[in-house]
Amino acid sequence: MPGTGRAIASPRAGFGAHPAGPAATAARRGPGLPRRTRYWFFILPTLLAILAIILFPWVFTVWMSLHEWAPGSPPAYVGGRNFMELFTSRRFYQSIGTTIYFTLLSVVLPLAFGVFAAVVFHRRFPLRGLLRGIFILPMMATPVALALVWTMMFHPQLGVLNYLLSLVGIPPQLWVFAPATVVPSLAMVETWHWTPLVALIVLGGLAALPVEPYEAALTDGATRWQTFRYITLPLVLPFIVVAAIIRTIDAMKTFETIFVITQGGPGVSSETVSIHLYLQAFSFHNIGYASALVIVFFALIVALSLFLLFLRQKVKWS
Amino acid sequence: MATKRPHLPGLSRRTLLGSTLATAAAASLPGRDAAAQGAFDWKRFKGEKIEVTLQKSPFHDVLQKAEAEFTEMTGIQIASEQIPEQQYRQKLAIEFASGKPSFDACYVAMATQKRMFGKGKWLADLRPLIADASMTSPDFDYGDFAKAAIEAGVQSDGRMDTLPITNHYNILMLNKELLQKKGVAVPTTFAALAEAAAKLNDPAAGVSGFVGRGLKNANTPLWTGFMLGMGVDAVTADGKFNTDGPEAVAAAELYRKLVKDCGPPGVAGFNWYECQANFMQGRAALWIDTATVGAPVADPKKSRVADKAGFAVMPAGPKAHRGPVFASGVGIAAVTKKVGPAWYWVQWASGKQIQTRQVVGGHGASGRVSPYEAARKAQTPEAPAEWLDAVIASTKIAYPVLPDIVAANEFRDVFGIALTNMLADGDPATELKKATEAFKPIYERTEKS
Repeated sequence: MPGTGRAIASPRAGFGAHPAGPAATAARRGPGLPRRTRYWFFILPTLLAILAIILFPWVFTVWMSLHEWAPGSPPAYVGGRNFMELFTSRRFYQSIGTTIYFTLLSVVLPLAFGVFAAVVFHRRFPLRGLLRGIFILPMMATPVALALVWTMMFHPQLGVLNYLLSLVGIPPQLWVFAPATVVPSLAMVETWHWTPLVALIVLGGLAALPVEPYEAALTDGATRWQTFRYITLPLVLPFIVVAAIIRTIDAMKTFETIFVITQGGPGVSSETVSIHLYLQAFSFHNIGYASALVIVFFALIVALSLFLLFLRQKVKWS
Repeated sequence: MATKRPHLPGLSRRTLLGSTLATAAAASLPGRDAAAQGAFDWKRFKGEKIEVTLQKSPFHDVLQKAEAEFTEMTGIQIASEQIPEQQYRQKLAIEFASGKPSFDACYVAMATQKRMFGKGKWLADLRPLIADASMTSPDFDYGDFAKAAIEAGVQSDGRMDTLPITNHYNILMLNKELLQKKGVAVPTTFAALAEAAAKLNDPAAGVSGFVGRGLKNANTPLWTGFMLGMGVDAVTADGKFNTDGPEAVAAAELYRKLVKDCGPPGVAGFNWYECQANFMQGRAALWIDTATVGAPVADPKKSRVADKAGFAVMPAGPKAHRGPVFASGVGIAAVTKKVGPAWYWVQWASGKQIQTRQVVGGHGASGRVSPYEAARKAQTPEAPAEWLDAVIASTKIAYPVLPDIVAANEFRDVFGIALTNMLADGDPATELKKATEAFKPIYERTEKS
């Protein structure tokens, strides 16, 4: 069997070299099932896991969205009625508006403060390591625990925030206890919580920047602002976009902070889509309607993520 | 259709008579006499282990601490958990709907979940267990329960889902020092309450005349409580809505007058704990909430106004004098295979000894009669005489604060939003009309399904 002998004995038959001939093909195939079929055994566990934890829940959610289902009663097929109800619900649109407002504030503010903090912490100064460590502490906190602390701090009569304002002569605010200020106040908590994350991502970008453009700028007599504006910012922009994507998806899904502090109130003024969904599913037990809401909300998040990823690619190309 | 709504009579001589009737009713259950005669075997299920799930509450802390005593008495091990109110109700409904709850016995907020649980037949009927002489201790004294408290756990088809554990009565908490300073008497009517709150309101001094729940959902029972005094139920047993009628509007106007005009800034976001904090810091003169969350205001370790705190029964309305109550109980999962040990736990948790600890410790109001007598004798600082008087007086005029409907949570949500809107610029009549229109289809859907 010359083919087999050559294939095995040949010193060239190293990595990437394929033995030739019908015997070699047979050897590749091995006893029993063809090689390609055997591959399936290796990917089967992953496929099953994907089916169980991703595909099945999705198919089940779609099925539920076409039914009216409350605990204690059998599900009844209602076709697209849940979607019709959703698209004619004023409260749903209101929750989308609140989500957009909250997301906008909870992305822009951490980005601005995070980039500033990253630039500051990138410079060398005494106790920088210690201060960096303190700075990222909020990120380590459990959302529910910190939400409880903020709830006490926001109290209009007994909270520390109004006491601090009174020290500098600013009148007390209603914070999360008034419809007009509730969303900015909640975004303030998000900003405090997640600015360190943005700062860490941008710091990583800053650390990876080449030194040559800075040396050239120094030689050409560029000011600090010009160096930041024309060298640092364009170079770290892809990192900022990554931080923006993470923050946007995270802010859109924010639940714990809002639920613990306001439960969507006063009235429905801080009821985001996540809170609306939670109330429908777990408080009112409208499983079908809530499933329809999940599908629509998921589509919105996917569309937004795709748009942000497209933006990121565009920034990379430019 | 809503079920027949029980009227909850009180703890007066009439209640005691009612209790006697309950005793008679219990005696009519087969096996009771036999049970009273033999020595009860508490060790029958020795070595068993049961799972118990509870809603977070001061009394449930007491129950958990006393579990070792139960284990010593019965030999049954308990694995229990406490979950905050909002999450608890959802967990319970979801676990029961799954058909395989992870627990054998549980606490149920009958005021909001009774109909849903009844529909699903999720809880075991306790009547055969009470009637079984070999399963129920003669010390259990079924007749000691107020008849009304028992009724709160009975479904329209007669099944007894739960035994009473804690009744949350709405009472009036007052800062006596502030009242004395302004020469205001303890209000006994709605009109006097509004007048007193207005007189006591002093924003310049940082003191509000009244504090009460403004946060949607949490605020609804305050309004429905006022409606009871106006002489109407929010939704009647035959499905008639009174939620936008003249009585409902009058109740909403009173709510707005107290909470908005005499309340602290930001009250639209206040749940009971913000109200409690304000009152305990001496920032509010009057506060209506449940006796359970009101009791700590007289505790010197927790409250700055402990020595000035007073308690009174809910003021009378123009048409009726009712003590709004939010009933709750303990029951056994219908699918559990450990009915026996779970029933022993239910007996113990709703039993005289533990229930007395609840009242004496000021942790809540019992559905039994004897704990109040014991608390009177004990005279503990946690259950001051005035608090006891207010609770006992409430039991005499007790009436369910929420309508007996399936969609109780959505009812609270929809009308809660309307009430919060009134705390801004919303007109009570318009808001209630809108809310009623929004809620009616939900009611129709949930009652028929």
